[in-house]
Amino acid sequence: MHDSSGAPKNPAAAGVLVSAKALDVALPDMAAKPVFGRAPLIRIINGIDLDIARGSVLGIVGGSGSGKSTLGRALLRLIEPAAGTIEFDGLDITRLGEDALRPVRRRMQMIFQDPMSSLNPRRRVGAIIADPMQMHGFDRIDGRIDDALDHVGLPRGFRSRYPHELSGGQRQRVGIARAIALEPEFILADEIVSGLDVSSQAQVLNVLAGLVGELGLTLAFISHDLSVIRRICDQVMVLQRGSIVEYGDVDRVFDAPQAAYTRELLDAIPLPDPQQANW
Amino acid sequence: MSAFLTVGNLSAVLRGNRQRVLRSVSFSIDTGEVLGLVGESGAGKSMIGKAILGILPSAIEIIEGEIVLDGQDLQTMLPADRRRLIGATAALIPQDPLTALNPSRRIEPQITNRLVDILGWSKADARVRALELLNEVHIDNPERVMASYPHELSGGMRQRVLIASAFAANPKLVVADEPTTALDVTVQKQILRLIRDLQQRHATAMVFVTHDLGVVSKVCQRLSVLYGGKFVENASVPDFFAGPTHAYSRALLAATPKYTDPDASLVPVDEAVIEAVAAEVAAADEEWRHAR
Ligand SMILES: Nc1ncnc2c1ncn2[C@@H]1O[C@H](COP(=O)(O)OP(=O)(O)OP(=O)(O)O)[C@@H](O)[C@H]1O
Ligand SMILES: Nc1ncnc2c1ncn2[C@@H]1O[C@H](COP(=O)(O)OP(=O)(O)OP(=O)(O)O)[C@@H](O)[C@H]1O
Ligand SMILES: [Mg+2]
Ligand SMILES: [Mg+2]
Repeated sequence: MHDSSGAPKNPAAAGVLVSAKALDVALPDMAAKPVFGRAPLIRIINGIDLDIARGSVLGIVGGSGSGKSTLGRALLRLIEPAAGTIEFDGLDITRLGEDALRPVRRRMQMIFQDPMSSLNPRRRVGAIIADPMQMHGFDRIDGRIDDALDHVGLPRGFRSRYPHELSGGQRQRVGIARAIALEPEFILADEIVSGLDVSSQAQVLNVLAGLVGELGLTLAFISHDLSVIRRICDQVMVLQRGSIVEYGDVDRVFDAPQAAYTRELLDAIPLPDPQQANW
Repeated sequence: MSAFLTVGNLSAVLRGNRQRVLRSVSFSIDTGEVLGLVGESGAGKSMIGKAILGILPSAIEIIEGEIVLDGQDLQTMLPADRRRLIGATAALIPQDPLTALNPSRRIEPQITNRLVDILGWSKADARVRALELLNEVHIDNPERVMASYPHELSGGMRQRVLIASAFAANPKLVVADEPTTALDVTVQKQILRLIRDLQQRHATAMVFVTHDLGVVSKVCQRLSVLYGGKFVENASVPDFFAGPTHAYSRALLAATPKYTDPDASLVPVDEAVIEAVAAEVAAADEEWRHAR
């Protein structure tokens, strides 16, 4: 149904929630910064076209430094792109100022790789989930904390725990609970299972997959590891040096990868099989 | 072949609550052999590696059992002799390449210090050896890397430096604690091949700590599965991947991602399996307490 590169031609009938056209992102190159004056800009993301249909999950993969996080941050308008456009639910947000962005901000949330540094160690789980809701003026906060914990499969009693009293997988589920409590439509998950052991990885991915179905979430899931993508993504985009080398339905990309770089990423995954070829 | 390292009935407790974190652990490793230690976070994998290398945190105390390294029982040695023996025969490839290197020192002394301080080499000899090793781990410009600070190197480069540094003094035993967990998959593949290559060339005995059964299948000959500081299964790699015998091992294998077989992969470990293995550990604890 889709080309091996370029955005899918016919996003689902439900409509596109997040879309980018000819997106370029440049960042200051600190290594080349003169002693006085500004660092020159260096292009990190080149001509990205993408469409994420409402209720679908897009995987963004690539090696370290390929630009995955930079692309994700641009989609959430945490960075202003150098060129191209970004639309959220039909609204062009490419150049919106912070005031105009505010109503959109709650509708798109981010979950980070390292839950230990993104959760305040001095706040209890309940407060960690409540803080952003308070900031956005939510009511019934108490009930919403319980709902969020229920959704990620943590006991309500965990409200009174501190982050260091949780395992890595549990902390990551608190990060998810905090994001979904704001009832966002779009979530960007950046390497959220990379630091976890395999059983916690499986648990967190299952929770996330369940929430996509239950809450009708739209998700962009960033990972350097293709092996966790197939479980939850509908489509996958492979990035190399800031450009798309492959973009299509997840089964097609796994079963018949077109780009040499995609095959290289697949071959590098150590399968639990002593006989695996090319190792 | 003979066992280079034998650990017998090793138990360790937290000094505070006297809870066991290692529960009567026994295994041995021959020269040139790689043993994988697998288990979920907190199972005690790193603790075993630290016990062998004599670097347990002060909160942990060994209460019984033996660690025999190259024929000598570490528990009965004077601390200074023990340090010397471990320094001369064993080395660690640590979990986190960023915190394992001193950020404010250049790479050269971080590789050569062990050779100079523990083995009494001259600085010049140590430098030659370090350059040789950086070549062995396929670093293109070893002179430049020796003069660099850690933050000037990528994650993959830093991990190569640590591998070079671990093999510098020709150790007979290497403890590799999750040496590739922080790396992306293509770099991980290079580093695993490198470790396997060095280990085979130098016939090093190795303890390889990881939570990833995919990685175990690539570098180990045998593996032990840990739960709550207790070994629940010991097997050869071919036997294990043909079909693990313990229900908990089977669950770990089913949780391991396999893009070639998505339905049999990333299955969360069932609560009932956890309860059963926890009960098994508790029963063994009960028996152990009675026997004492
Ligand atoms: N703030 C910044 N200033 C300058 N360059 C940056 C900045 N952040 C990232 N880069 C560079 O942009 C490129 C892409 O980085 P990015 O973090 O997006 O990659 P990534 O694919 O997320 O990698 P990883 O898997 O390691 O997280 C890299 O070369 C990086 O060095
Ligand atoms: N310094 C310490 N003081 C007290 N308890 C500790 C300390 N370090 C570890 N522990 C506890 O000892 C147990 C074993 O920890 P260990 O670090 O060996 O786990 P691991 O299997 O290596 O896990 P991971 O995969 O997360 O590295 C855990 O329950 C842990 O909480
Ligand atoms: Mg990133
Ligand atoms: Mg560990």
